[in-house]
Amino acid sequence: MATLLEVKGLETQFFTQDGVVHAVNGISYTLDEGETLAIVGESGCGKSVGVMSLIRLIPIPPGKVVAGEVWFDGKDLLKLSDDEIRQVRGNRIAMIFQDPMTSLNPVLTIGKQLTEAMQLHLGMDKEQARKRAVELLELVGIPGADKRLDEYPHQFSGGMRQRVMIAMGLSCNPQLLIADEPTTALDVTIQAQIVDLVKELKEKIGMAIIWITHDLGVVAGIAERVIVMYAGLIVEEAEVHDLYGKPLHPYTLGLLKSMPRLDLGKDAKLIPIEGLPPDLVDFPEGCPFAARCKYRVDRCFTENPPIEYVTPTHRVACWRWEAVHEELKANGGSHD
Amino acid sequence: MTENENLIEVSDLKMYFPITKGVIFQKKVADVKAVDGVSFTIKKGETLGLVGESGCGKSTTGRAILQLYRPTAGSVKFKDVELTELKGEKLRHMRRNMQMIFQDPYASLNPRMTVGGIVGEPLEVHNIAKGREKRERVQELLRVVGLNPYFVNRYPHEFSGGQRQRIGVARSLALNPDFIVCDEPISALDVSIQAQIVNMLEDLQQEFGLTYLFIAHDLSMVRHISDRIAVMYLGKIVEITDHNTLYEDPKHPYTQALLSAVPIPDPVIEDQRQRIILAGDVPSPIDPPPGCNFSTRCPRVMDICKEVDPTWQDIGENGEEHWVACHLYE
Repeated sequence: MATLLEVKGLETQFFTQDGVVHAVNGISYTLDEGETLAIVGESGCGKSVGVMSLIRLIPIPPGKVVAGEVWFDGKDLLKLSDDEIRQVRGNRIAMIFQDPMTSLNPVLTIGKQLTEAMQLHLGMDKEQARKRAVELLELVGIPGADKRLDEYPHQFSGGMRQRVMIAMGLSCNPQLLIADEPTTALDVTIQAQIVDLVKELKEKIGMAIIWITHDLGVVAGIAERVIVMYAGLIVEEAEVHDLYGKPLHPYTLGLLKSMPRLDLGKDAKLIPIEGLPPDLVDFPEGCPFAARCKYRVDRCFTENPPIEYVTPTHRVACWRWEAVHEELKANGGSHD
Repeated sequence: MTENENLIEVSDLKMYFPITKGVIFQKKVADVKAVDGVSFTIKKGETLGLVGESGCGKSTTGRAILQLYRPTAGSVKFKDVELTELKGEKLRHMRRNMQMIFQDPYASLNPRMTVGGIVGEPLEVHNIAKGREKRERVQELLRVVGLNPYFVNRYPHEFSGGQRQRIGVARSLALNPDFIVCDEPISALDVSIQAQIVNMLEDLQQEFGLTYLFIAHDLSMVRHISDRIAVMYLGKIVEITDHNTLYEDPKHPYTQALLSAVPIPDPVIEDQRQRIILAGDVPSPIDPPPGCNFSTRCPRVMDICKEVDPTWQDIGENGEEHWVACHLYE
């Protein structure tokens, strides 16, 4: 399938009083048309900043994209003028945010917020936009759509607000939908509804999705390919089955082992990853995970491993991935 | 055993918050029925998990047990002492035995107090230790929760979320309590840190013989840490049973839906799973539906469910407890 998005060597930094925060440190990846890619990592690993940089939503100052290229539709998004990027943002590339409680404007009706982008980007008049807004709300499963357009965000529950956000994201038929932790603020039963909805919409509309999350459980059900980030770097990328079945980076393995699983009993002791992620101001020399890694060798503290392909679809940034692989093979899986 | 093996006995606990109207003459117009008649027991040394979605009343239940809210009705017994009748000095004295760990490690520690001040405050308030003795006890507590004892003079902002939660745990242990209510102690933490805190809580339970009420919405973590689990929905407990039985043989349709909604980190299993997707949202606790509270969303709803409240009954076999409130099993 054709490549929709190509990110090359993206680097984003924040210039603060405490020093330069190295939020994203040179990440490269591609996304095909209609593909679902998940970006996984803990808070502060740069997963959100990484995608916000793509559509230039980083506040400048203090932030700045210091290097890299983002190719989308034959253009480098980082080199577009403000007017040109506005044509892309919300139109060709849409984004849904984590917190449906704060990302809607409380003093405007849902209808007003939904139709704004359509009037702006698609040149619809009021009536056409409203008609389309009703269709969209029905598409995302909000009953009584025509009446609800005149209501305000506080009259909607959390799950319903996230549906409105999704409707808004879809309003201009984007080719790429970026979902930044869209279900983190929701309860599990509502999360299941939203995940289901997004899968269904994807089948109907066929857009590509970048799904950012810290929850490896949600990823397993929705993504085709997964990128694992740590300290602003991609440490592993693989197809979803490979990542869970044959993780190669000690961090990925650590995450999988530190999570309790509903389908396994109480007796499986959790194995936490000891220590804390590194300070992104005072970036460590060598591999950023070395201090917490149980596979580390001397080399890990002096040289940061480059990310390399192990198979055509699986790449990892680790000097010791072979040791991880051997041990896993001997134990017969990522869960022992 | 002659001694009562139940440390906590809660029966028909109700916690209503009034909604008032008017400025000078406040008139009660309705109640938010946050907790509407829950009964359960917690055995000595056991962990009872309390799960449910936001707004179902699980935190209110925890607070009402500790008398941080005075319950509207019902009884809470701690070691056979009726807590709802205790007042003043007697209640304060009782509180030594019951502590709480809060959800948000950023909001539950006073930013202007040092770690030593925070962990040592309960010792001072209850006249247990002062001066050097207090300092030594605080350092010992920090060591117990895996922090460097030399951190006593630091302030909360100098610590990460996981470390702050450890400070909260140290504070709750200061008075050697028997019973700790853990109110979502890990939901604000990153995955890799969650396991550290949960393992610590388990180790402390072993070491000090603690009894936990573990409130959470993450069912996988609750299954991991609890001996028995209670599932709450809109102010009521719908099912209580042993942690394995609950996952292997859930009876209440709400429990079944809740379990099926939890994602499992394994794409092979995820592909094969059948999800029960619940339609709609939780009704308002101000005006709960007549009959069973779950009847508006239940995939197996019957006519009787919309009229009659199901009874709370034990349907366990072979002497195992399995309490459920559902008309399907009557």
